[in-house]
Amino acid sequence: MKKERTFKFTIPEEELMNSGHLACQGCSATQAMRFVLKGLGRKTVLCIPACCWAVIDGPVPYSCLEVPIFHCAFETAASSASGVKAGLEMVGDTETTVVAWAGDGGTFDIGLQALSGAAERNEDIIYVCYDNEAYMNTGIQRSSATPYGAWTTTTPVKHFKRRPKKDIVAIMAAHKIPYVATASVAFPEDLVKKVKKAKDIKGTRFLHIFAPCPTGWKSRPDDSVKLARMVVQNCMFPLYEVENGEKYTLNIRPKEKKPINDYVRLQGRFRHLNEEQLALMQQETDHNWELLLKKVDAK
Amino acid sequence: MKKVIMGNHALSYGAMISRSQVIAAYPITPQTQVVELLSEMCASKALDAKFIKVESEHSAMAASIGAALAGARTFTATSSQGLALMHELLHWASGGRLPVVMGNINRAMAPGWSIWSDQNDSLSERDTGWMQFYCASNQEVLDTVIQAFKVSEALLIPSMVVLDAFSLSHTYEVVDLPDQAKVDEYLPPFKPRFRLTPSEPHAFGGLTSPEHYFEFRYKLQKDMEKAPAMIEETGREYEKMFGRFLGLVDPRRCDDAEILLVTSGTAGYTAHVAVEEMRQAGLKVGNLRMKVFRPFPFDKVREIAGRAKKIAVVDRNISYGHHGIFFQEIKSALYGLKDAPAVFGYIAGLGGRDITPSDFGGIVRHALANDRPEDNIVWIGVKR
Repeated sequence: MKKERTFKFTIPEEELMNSGHLACQGCSATQAMRFVLKGLGRKTVLCIPACCWAVIDGPVPYSCLEVPIFHCAFETAASSASGVKAGLEMVGDTETTVVAWAGDGGTFDIGLQALSGAAERNEDIIYVCYDNEAYMNTGIQRSSATPYGAWTTTTPVKHFKRRPKKDIVAIMAAHKIPYVATASVAFPEDLVKKVKKAKDIKGTRFLHIFAPCPTGWKSRPDDSVKLARMVVQNCMFPLYEVENGEKYTLNIRPKEKKPINDYVRLQGRFRHLNEEQLALMQQETDHNWELLLKKVDAK
Repeated sequence: MKKVIMGNHALSYGAMISRSQVIAAYPITPQTQVVELLSEMCASKALDAKFIKVESEHSAMAASIGAALAGARTFTATSSQGLALMHELLHWASGGRLPVVMGNINRAMAPGWSIWSDQNDSLSERDTGWMQFYCASNQEVLDTVIQAFKVSEALLIPSMVVLDAFSLSHTYEVVDLPDQAKVDEYLPPFKPRFRLTPSEPHAFGGLTSPEHYFEFRYKLQKDMEKAPAMIEETGREYEKMFGRFLGLVDPRRCDDAEILLVTSGTAGYTAHVAVEEMRQAGLKVGNLRMKVFRPFPFDKVREIAGRAKKIAVVDRNISYGHHGIFFQEIKSALYGLKDAPAVFGYIAGLGGRDITPSDFGGIVRHALANDRPEDNIVWIGVKR
């Protein structure tokens, strides 16, 4: 008899996100949510501040998710989640994972104080930042997560963003919380593995998920996964973990570090950059990569 | 059990005896002792609650809202600048129909920095959909916290229990701590019909189109309209069990008064004293101390104040470009009443300047000497 081949999926099959959501075509924020919920399962509560996902989920009385959602104020993802966790515990629910789910604006900018407070207290929550590198929900305004060189509606091409992207991972690691990790929607196995790992840790856990936005980046909707892969391969957004603020682990070390040009060329938001500016961008990427390798290799 | 405690600790004991489950708070003078005692109570397990030591008042209210949505009885306290920082989330708590109870110590707004009492902090939050109770004694503070939880949880509307900086917050008075078992009977555990739980997943507060938003606000107002009767009813119930009535207003010598003071907060008790003194001198004067500001006790005000010939409203607050805030509200409540009394407006005690019995004497003499108010603001004790 012929032996039947069995497949073992590393990603849970259960879908906790349904169709009928309101995201743009090619939106990676939806992929991020889908994978994170697969990793966390049904016993999850989401606190979602103002961000694309405040709309994507669907208007009252609809929701595309199978888990409960608290739509909270813009700057309160971490403080709301802190309260929810305390409240659930006091009514006898110690099992549910409480997640703060915010965009880069709600994390890097307006919500940073509440996030820092929650992390310093080591609240037992998972904070997920899906990072599309600008205020996309309000129409593509720059955030402190917007990278050097990018066009946005508040950094027009004549005054494109000159300052580098804020290093949120370093900020969170500096709080000495048990777990900080980066992830990309192009690497779902890695992403789900990190979500599951985070789920089993007590204390504040921070996931920074790279989520391309075709609407804001002026890229093709079918390039989103490709861009999320390239950004890891060219080391602009390396996949790594920081445990207790000290132990750095690099999850993917590209055999051959790709130049940033191909990645940049697929996005209209960088179209205005000249050779010199692109070289600066490459330099910044190389520099950050070297710094990270030092942290990873320092034993 | 009787205890000599400061007003701030009356709030803490009120939160404890109400079995608050989550407290999220940030220190601010003159509220600090509220959270200090509560953190001690949580640490010593005198109170079985989670205390979230947040990094700002904004986070204090955000965490309180989250905890209440999860189904926990939630208490916080603040003052002045802290309350102003919470402003956005005050709307969130009432719009989300979450019965958070908060102590607010009335402190004047900066600049210049002031830690002393006036009411502009809490009255600036008039339209946020919170109930507001203005207390005049430490006993009333403690009792009102318990009652506020009861009314808030029945109507799903948050409550603010307000007391004056220093003249109440730091003043020690004898307070009767009610028996825990009896309080448990008066205030059973909080069991909301809807809460944030994976066993019944709902999305709370999502994008709400013009198709639905209007009705949510209509319902908030309709429930707020039920509050006056419920406050009186739960106040009588409280009186039956604990011997102290908690009503919408606290009238003193109002029945035959020809001239009526309208006051609030600790100045309201000072006015009670002044009224007794003036009665001895033969003046037909009374004092209507306003306990509840939101919901506005419209019927009570018309019934009691409508009988007087003259009304002297004393405001420890001001709406710049208009008048004293209680003055506006009293006038509006009396509008259209046949033979409505003449209403005089006085502003006194901003930034913690004392309001004394002799100030009330001066106010009454002024109102008696004038047939009608010449000005909408008569300033008491201002240096010009």
